[in-house]
This record gives sequence, C-alpha cells and structure tokens, in this order.
Amino acid sequence: MEYVVARSIDEAVARLAAAQGAAHALAGGTDLIVQMTAGLRRPEVVVDIKNIPDLRRITRDEAGFHIGSAVCGAEINEHKELKATWPGVVEAIDVIGSMQVQSKATPAGNLCNASPAADSVPAMIAAGATVTIVGPQGRREVPVEEIPVGPGKTSLQKGEVIVAINLPPRKPRSGDAYLRFTPRTEMDIAVVGVGVNLSLDEDGTCSAARVAVGAVAPTALLVPDAGMALIGTKVDEAALEKAAAAVRAACNPIDDKRGTAEYRIRTSAVIFKRAAAEALARAKTSGR
Amino acid sequence: MPKLHITTNVNGSATEFLARPEQTLLSALRDELHLIGTKEGCGSGDCGACSIEVDGRVTCSCLMLAGEAEGKIIRTIEGVAANGQLHPVQKHFLQEAALQCGFCTPGLIIAAKNLLERNADPTETEIRFWLAGNLCRCTGYDKIIRAVQAAAAEMRQSA
Repeated sequence: MEYVVARSIDEAVARLAAAQGAAHALAGGTDLIVQMTAGLRRPEVVVDIKNIPDLRRITRDEAGFHIGSAVCGAEINEHKELKATWPGVVEAIDVIGSMQVQSKATPAGNLCNASPAADSVPAMIAAGATVTIVGPQGRREVPVEEIPVGPGKTSLQKGEVIVAINLPPRKPRSGDAYLRFTPRTEMDIAVVGVGVNLSLDEDGTCSAARVAVGAVAPTALLVPDAGMALIGTKVDEAALEKAAAAVRAACNPIDDKRGTAEYRIRTSAVIFKRAAAEALARAKTSGR
Repeated sequence: MPKLHITTNVNGSATEFLARPEQTLLSALRDELHLIGTKEGCGSGDCGACSIEVDGRVTCSCLMLAGEAEGKIIRTIEGVAANGQLHPVQKHFLQEAALQCGFCTPGLIIAAKNLLERNADPTETEIRFWLAGNLCRCTGYDKIIRAVQAAAAEMRQSA
C-alpha cells in the first residue's frame, strides 16, 4: 500500500484516479483503517486529504454553511454558529462513537462509508444538504440522499472525492432534530434513526418539512410523503399520525442482532414523532 | 513499498521514526518507539485502551496511520507524569484503587486528563459521557469516576 498526503484537491483526485487497484480517500479513517486492519480492504493507495486547507474549514455565505470534508465531529460540535443554526445535524454527528472517534471522524466519511445506520445521514438528508464532489470530470453538487446506493456502496465514481457538505440557508421559524433508538445511550449503532427538519409560517402553519430515516432500509431514505403530511398543518396529532404512517410505509428493514424488521418499523414511528416534536419546538423558539 | 520517515513530537521531544505505510500509529508507538504504555485492546476504535493525545485531542492510536502523525504533537501515557511527579489523575487512580488489571488504565488516564484540561469541574454525567469510549472490564467504573472527581477537585484547588 502507498500512503499519499495530498496538498491540493487536484492532487488528491489525480492520485485516486491514477490507481490501478482500490484507492481510498482518507479523512478521519475511523471506518477505513478498521476495515484495513481487519483485512476487509487492501487498498493500493490511500490518499490523506486532511492537509488540504480548503477541506479543513467551515465557512458560511449566502448559500449557507459549507463544511470541508476533513473537518472532524469534535470541531463541528465546537462551532457555535453552526450548532445554533442546525442543531439536529450537529447532534446527529455528535452521537457517532466516542470522544476518541469524534476527534477524527467526519460526516463526509460517515456518508461515504454508506452504513444504513449512519447517524449523520438522515439528519443531513432532512436538512436538504448537498455534497460538493470533485473528480476527473470536474465538480458537481449532489443531494446527500443520492450518495449511498446500498450497504457500503456509494454513487461516487473512480477518482471522485467529496470536498464539502453544504447546508442551505435557514428560513425564520425553522428547526431540525435527529433522534435515534439504541439499546445503550452511547457508543452504539442505531436500530432506528430519524431526522426531521421543518419551517413554520408566521401563524405557526408548517410551510416546509423533510423527514429522513436511517437503519430501516439498505440506505438512509428521504420520506417525501411524511414531509407532505406535515405541510399545511399545525403539526398536530392527526398530521403526525399521518406522517408516522408514511414513515412506517417507507421502512424496508432487515432482522438482525439489533432488532427485528417488525420492531424497527414500529419504533420508527415512535422516534419520528419525538424528533418531529423536538424540531417543532426548535422552530417555535428559533430567532428569539 | 519503502518505509515512511515521520517527524513528530512525542511527549515533548522531537522524534523521528520509520513506519510502513499501512502501519497504525499504535503499532509504531509500541514497536518502533517502544512506548508500550499505550495498549492494544480491540484494535477497532471501540475500547479506548490505545488512547493518546494528538494536537491536544484525545483519539485512538489504532484509528490512525503512522503517516498521519507527521508534524503532530503527541502525548502518550509515558508523558503524563512530569518531573518525577504523578499527574493528579494518576495519583487519584492509585488512591481510589480505580484499576484492577490495569490494561485500560493508560487510556483512561489520557482521556480523563484531557477532559479536566477542558472542563475543570465536570459533572458525573459529563465524566461518564467523556469516558464512554474507554472500556474497563474490571472495576465497574465507579472507582474510576471517583478518581476523576478527586483529581478534578485537587486540580481546581491548585489552579
């Protein structure tokens, strides 16, 4: 194996694209290095992207926040402005692993590892986040939900690397939340995870809503019907019940050691309602 | 593939070493630098026995390639005591008998010290949350929590 420290995005892309065999970008490495140590991956080349200055920054402009793909979870959690604007996204990143993992792991890596249970992914999908990808064919911007295509598989092409996660500008009276169900409070993997992001009109009517679920299908899923069930309502019990039914209908889980498919489907509706209540409470108090 | 030549700072001293490209920093610390206080438990980032500080953040050295240490400031358990004096966290781990087999202890001390440098007066919940990535199979954790609380109290008094 060759270990390469890329000094620029172009250098990283060139090295990844030139590899004959498996090539991986290395950001936090908390999945990649474990897979290498276990012999599950034997890359020809690993390209460390952490020394590319543009990938180490969180910036904000009229298009929203841009989180460089080599910014670790601990740094994101310490960014007060980002946390105040997108608390659900930041909390979803923060629940991943231990402090030791937070010092290295990145949400872009969480996305690229493509675990169905990746905590940050439903929150980013609910937020309407996109990723900026650079590859041999140039630069493109893609919704987060289009990256994972199955367990461990992404839509990234050879030589492509995610350089930033983009969170859109926030409307007034908006809130987001991510909640998951795990048997233990920390250091566990979601049995069900739900991200909810909504905005209210001046009279408290829901004007926009996005709901995404994790750990209940081969990839995290946007559930458009759940969001539609909330829009135009006061997010009351009837609307929540209708949206919860859409969440249950979107689930396509497996039985595994963490829970049965039936259990996951039932739990998804419960976790959805709690996440929606939290997002609603945040929307009602935002900007005060 | 040739070995990488890595220049870093370990426990306050400029340090150079050679490592294979796929070698973890944990392996390099133990096998190249012979700093065997850092332990390998799971090797997959779950147990925290290999915890070290890298540029002031606590991380698992098994989750890091040796090459990633280039230019970094690293602290291992060997660098926690200073001038022949145990760090308060080390002292109170002994006084509270917060260890039995001792395998998790270097990682716990590194993680607890890092917490107390950020938060001089953590609640029990904050301590338990911060140390959630350090598994101990002997003590049941209560003595560890008490040791960290005692160390925090001593460090606040001397601050």
